[in-house]
Amino acid sequence: MNSFILRVTIRYLLPLLLLFSIYTFLRGHNEPGGGFAAGLIAAASLSLYTIAYGAKRARQVLSIDPRFLIGSGLLLALISGLIPILMGKPFLSGVWLKIPIPRNTPFDIGTPFFFDLGVFFVVAGVTLMFVFIFEEEI
Amino acid sequence: MEIILAIMIGGLYAAAVYMILRRSLVKILIGIVLLSQATNMLIFVSSGITRGNSPVIKAEETVLSQPHADPLPQALVLTAIVISFGLTAFALALTYRAYKSVKTDDLDKLRSAAMGGEENV
Amino acid sequence: MTSLVVFAGFFAALFALWLTKKWRTRAGLILSVLPFLQVVFFLYLLFTKTAEPVRMNLPWGDIIGLSLAFNFDGLGLLFAVLISGIGFFVCLYASGYLKGHQDLGRFYFWLFIFMASMLGVVLSDNLILLFIFWELTSLSSFFLIGFKHDEQRSRDAALQALLVTGLGGLAMLAGFVLIGEISGTYVISELFHSGHLLRESTLYLPALILVLAGAFTKSAQFPFHFWLPNAMEAPTPVSAYLHSATMVKAGVYLLARLLPIMGGTAEWQNIIVVVGAITTVIGAILALGQTDLKRLLAYSTVSALGTMTMLLGYGDTLAVKACIIFITAHAFYKGALFMIAGSIDHEAGTRDIRFLGGLAKKMPVTAVTAAVAALSMAGVIPFFGFVAKEVLYERVLQANLWVLAAVVFAAFANVIVAILICINPFWRRPVEISDSPLKTIHEAPVAMLTGPIVLAFIGLMVGVFASGSGEIIKAVVSATVQQSVNIKLALWHGLTPPFILSLLTLIAGFGVYFLIPYLRILLQKLYRLPGPEKIYQLSWQFTLRFASIIIDKLQNGYLRYYLSTIIISVIGGAGLTLLLKGGLQLPEQLLAPRFYEIGLVLIVLIAAFYATIAKSRLAAVASMGAIGFSISILYLLFGAPDLSMTQFLIESLTVILFVVAFYHMPRFADFSSPHARVRDVFIALFTGALMTVLVMSSLGNRIFPPISQYYAENAYLLGHGRNVVNVILIDFRGIDTLGEITVLSIAALGVFALLKYRNRKGSKEISK
Repeated sequence: MNSFILRVTIRYLLPLLLLFSIYTFLRGHNEPGGGFAAGLIAAASLSLYTIAYGAKRARQVLSIDPRFLIGSGLLLALISGLIPILMGKPFLSGVWLKIPIPRNTPFDIGTPFFFDLGVFFVVAGVTLMFVFIFEEEI
Repeated sequence: MEIILAIMIGGLYAAAVYMILRRSLVKILIGIVLLSQATNMLIFVSSGITRGNSPVIKAEETVLSQPHADPLPQALVLTAIVISFGLTAFALALTYRAYKSVKTDDLDKLRSAAMGGEENV
Repeated sequence: MTSLVVFAGFFAALFALWLTKKWRTRAGLILSVLPFLQVVFFLYLLFTKTAEPVRMNLPWGDIIGLSLAFNFDGLGLLFAVLISGIGFFVCLYASGYLKGHQDLGRFYFWLFIFMASMLGVVLSDNLILLFIFWELTSLSSFFLIGFKHDEQRSRDAALQALLVTGLGGLAMLAGFVLIGEISGTYVISELFHSGHLLRESTLYLPALILVLAGAFTKSAQFPFHFWLPNAMEAPTPVSAYLHSATMVKAGVYLLARLLPIMGGTAEWQNIIVVVGAITTVIGAILALGQTDLKRLLAYSTVSALGTMTMLLGYGDTLAVKACIIFITAHAFYKGALFMIAGSIDHEAGTRDIRFLGGLAKKMPVTAVTAAVAALSMAGVIPFFGFVAKEVLYERVLQANLWVLAAVVFAAFANVIVAILICINPFWRRPVEISDSPLKTIHEAPVAMLTGPIVLAFIGLMVGVFASGSGEIIKAVVSATVQQSVNIKLALWHGLTPPFILSLLTLIAGFGVYFLIPYLRILLQKLYRLPGPEKIYQLSWQFTLRFASIIIDKLQNGYLRYYLSTIIISVIGGAGLTLLLKGGLQLPEQLLAPRFYEIGLVLIVLIAAFYATIAKSRLAAVASMGAIGFSISILYLLFGAPDLSMTQFLIESLTVILFVVAFYHMPRFADFSSPHARVRDVFIALFTGALMTVLVMSSLGNRIFPPISQYYAENAYLLGHGRNVVNVILIDFRGIDTLGEITVLSIAALGVFALLKYRNRKGSKEISK
């Protein structure tokens, strides 16, 4: 698509949108958001870039193959499910590590965080794969 | 409001069912998308609705205070939305491929092409 | 630990697939180590541990009464020795018989699956476990009979065997369930003590008949005997192993196992003795007219199985003793003779005794082995077969005259069959000269000789030293009847009535042998009469025709008819239930509608309607988008910000994909007739109306409290998150989400394959 406005806008919007997607992901545990929404935002922003510049340049911006994103996301989700087994708990149950941050609410990090990160990767990877392939092959 | 939403779901189902009964593959695709929208709404509304009150626990509390929207159907619908997106994309690719190969999106012609192929084997 | 011995065969089966690729020629030799070790182990147990049988019981599926229970008692161990012992020789034999065959891996795979399953059948101490192994033997038998899968005859025979034994097995399962429900346990060694409960139950007869259906089909009893001769389509090692020495004896084993539990009643005795006796006679009559070596042996096996079954019908100590000895002797000589028949076929290229002759000069070792095995089969002193026949006669001399006549007739036919096998192919001239001259014939390779030689000579040794095996037989019979019995075994009893009868049978058999060519013509006319196989064929044809009618109706290839059928049955069924049960009940408290909400609903409805009548693709996609975005706002208004966000993004992406793809797709066209459209409008409206009513009634009928209360209370405390929806997704119901992202990835792979792969190959049309 040959739209000057879109081209210019997306060039400056892309980093912001990607940042927003990371923000959405991080706040997802306590506020609306999370891996699904964040993955979709990341994919949507790159989709806009694809519309403006084509799949080839979008792939260069992404710099890794969406297939790699999908695979690593699935692996991450699976590993975060397997960790509890090592600790004698059922598959996929949450294991938490409390990190006390002074003068602040304690920030808890646990396997569900990595599971959500896996979801993020898979959703972003799958969506981008759809968009890229449709753009390239049709 | 529930009754109005129920009528809307009914309308969506009617449109979706009509579309998936067509002979044209591209129309069936539209039907599939409508069907998943209707079903998502069905799950969401059937479990009861409330205005606002999203299922987020307030900062100073440890349990979700009443009244709140039911979080479980929301979680189910959320995955359903993403899954139906995957399904739509796949169906779209399949339709495109079928159209490119057989040069028609009329299901009856696709059928005779498939049957003819079988007889030749 | 000991149960590993049973399961080892399953692992060996997998190993075989790999091994046969690695070493094609030596695979059989290496694989035969396992059955050899097993037979040593089982023999050790049989000689030392039968007084206090090794038992184990590991939990598996408690709900259905299933447990991994094994019982290494005398009866089970005797069968286990036969299974692994003959299995060892068959394994060796097959390495010669199927040398260089391209599907060797598949053969050994199923052979070892069978071996392990068969061991499972005879060692299981749980009825359900026994059933599982039982069906596994049917299944592996199916694949082994159909080994030459490019031949129609093999496939038909395999299917026939599977259907007959499989259906019998299912009936047997029903019988087992009845037994288990009456007695309260499925463990066989516990059932020994509660047999009286069963025999006094009103459900005893149904349970007995169902179990017998399993035993009779497996052991090829009349009227199910026809599958066994047809199963001779299998490679000869399979026939020798499954269809004479082991699998067909599973039914006999089952009867022996259930004897102390269900036996001793008038029903047990009447049904089993009558069926057994009929099978004995029918098998013998059918055997006499055969010219194919394997069919000859197969029918004589049917006859022998009938005799064993009949003896268990009597079920007293002497009958059981006769049965056990007969089973053992039969396994030795029949296994050997089958392998010899295979060797002849392998070397001479035919199994038809009319075309065979004079092989003794070219295959001297085989000829001598055949003679030894045949002498045992004919029941000549001092072979084991003689001992078996003595005890058999001793028992049936006390029985009904009809039964005595049946057994004597079968023994007489056995003598003829034995002579036919050991004399005709080796020492006589061929009766007819085949069109194709016999190949240059030479002695079978060592691998194919070992089995027959050892089995045949065991038959001789056990006969000569019969008294030495008395202890084993005693242990086995004691385990069968579940009480300690005193049994002695001897070769020579003096000039007793059984011996005289035995002698008379031999002489009669030898005399009639010379009349066989004339008798054969007569018998083969008799065989043309329709038998029970006709019923099988008719019902099979009926099933096929019925299925093709149904399939033509249901699988018509029109997607919209499939969908209409599904939709109409759903709305019909659900609507009818709703009407009959009066389920429509409006909720008491309804939210008051607001004008902007009504506006959104109106947009959705109008867009949905417009999508159905749109003439252009873009208009349809646009209305689809309008629906999606309106719904996204509705989610937001009703407390689902996560859904709203996801729906909004997905809708955008969907529209993008549609716009990209639809540009290259055909324009909207109306293919359907006006008539079809009116019909579909009705279906659609009914569906819509029903769905509306369903939503309303589900809102009005709240029977159970929502389960999400748990999530609402524990999301922060257990899941450390405040967004309950997100915590459900990634923690409480994480496995659902894992499944979901897997599905998504598969969809992505599918799209990749559909669009990328085809294009890369440069093919534009569907082409092979």
